Amino acid sequence: MAYVNDLNATEPVPGVSLATPRDYFELLKPRVMQLVVFTALVGMVMAPGSIDLFSGAVALFAITIGAGASGALNMWYDADIDRKMARTRLRPVPSGRVAPGEALAFGIVLSVGSVALLGLAANWLAAGLLAFTIFFYAVIYTMWLKRSTPENIVIGGAAGALPPVVGWAVLTGAVGWESLVLFAIIFLWTPPHFWALALLKEEDYRRANVPMLPNVAGAAVTAHRILYYSLILAPVGVVPSFIGLASPVYGVIAAGLGAVLIWKALPILRSAGTDRAAARGMFGYSLVYLFVLFAALLVEGIVARLGWF
Amino acid sequence: MAVEQVAMSSPDERITLTDDQRRRRRSRSIAIAVILAGLVVLFYVITMVKLASTAVDPSL
Repeated sequence: MAYVNDLNATEPVPGVSLATPRDYFELLKPRVMQLVVFTALVGMVMAPGSIDLFSGAVALFAITIGAGASGALNMWYDADIDRKMARTRLRPVPSGRVAPGEALAFGIVLSVGSVALLGLAANWLAAGLLAFTIFFYAVIYTMWLKRSTPENIVIGGAAGALPPVVGWAVLTGAVGWESLVLFAIIFLWTPPHFWALALLKEEDYRRANVPMLPNVAGAAVTAHRILYYSLILAPVGVVPSFIGLASPVYGVIAAGLGAVLIWKALPILRSAGTDRAAARGMFGYSLVYLFVLFAALLVEGIVARLGWF
Repeated sequence: MAVEQVAMSSPDERITLTDDQRRRRRSRSIAIAVILAGLVVLFYVITMVKLASTAVDPSL
């Protein structure tokens, strides 16, 4: 008979799971889920048509879980590079609290469950779009683009931009071109947001061998690209007020937010991407930009639905 | 945190869980039970809502 005592709990012991429910919740990437639930809700509120409150809440819940499922699949596949990056090394899989197979099974079960739930609660077009979103994030972005091209987040950003389209489809059973404007806003917002982060975490990405733009093309090129995308995003952010999706008040707010976004990109350009404070400022402001823009849309949508104006 | 692993010389190898591991397993079990119960309620209510809307509008 042999005894092995005092093994460190962070070392995985075969057959003994150290995971708590909180670890599984972390696999869902709660902060990303917040953005998804928010933008999908905006898509639902802005869409013409109606749905009973309970089915709408269940649909939103399903979209949120679907986003979480893609996060779990991402953490399963990326455990090797997450282990090398300071920002991600304490995640449940690289830290050993959740076994890779458990994360994979968790992600698959939630993916199938969330798509089925959305189909039952809303319609199968919305469910199909959610399935495509999960596939795009987990397979196209995580397994293919992320490790192979510096354009990873440009194309991969489509996954993060789809929730308002899914939300729109929940109410209408169709993909309205108005919802594609919401898609475009998030799609164009993603690169400057993540490139600002990549400038700050360049060493992390280099160690993990992830070809982010600053590592491949340099900080100066990244600074230019951040400005170009900001210049395109700013006017696109105003478009909802020109297509009847939002009021001129929204247009003024979006124009102001867009002007600040461009202004925030300028010091990054002037320093050729070396000014860390400027990159940090851009990263933080880009979150504010998207939040305020969609919050304005949400408020206008709710006001319109309640018939206050 | 200590893990006491007892390896038997016989084919009947066993792992004795520590209190912490037992507590974590219990919390996972409770979470799974709560989620399953929630799903049962959720699917029941969805079914009722769909049935009710069909009853109101027989064309659906």
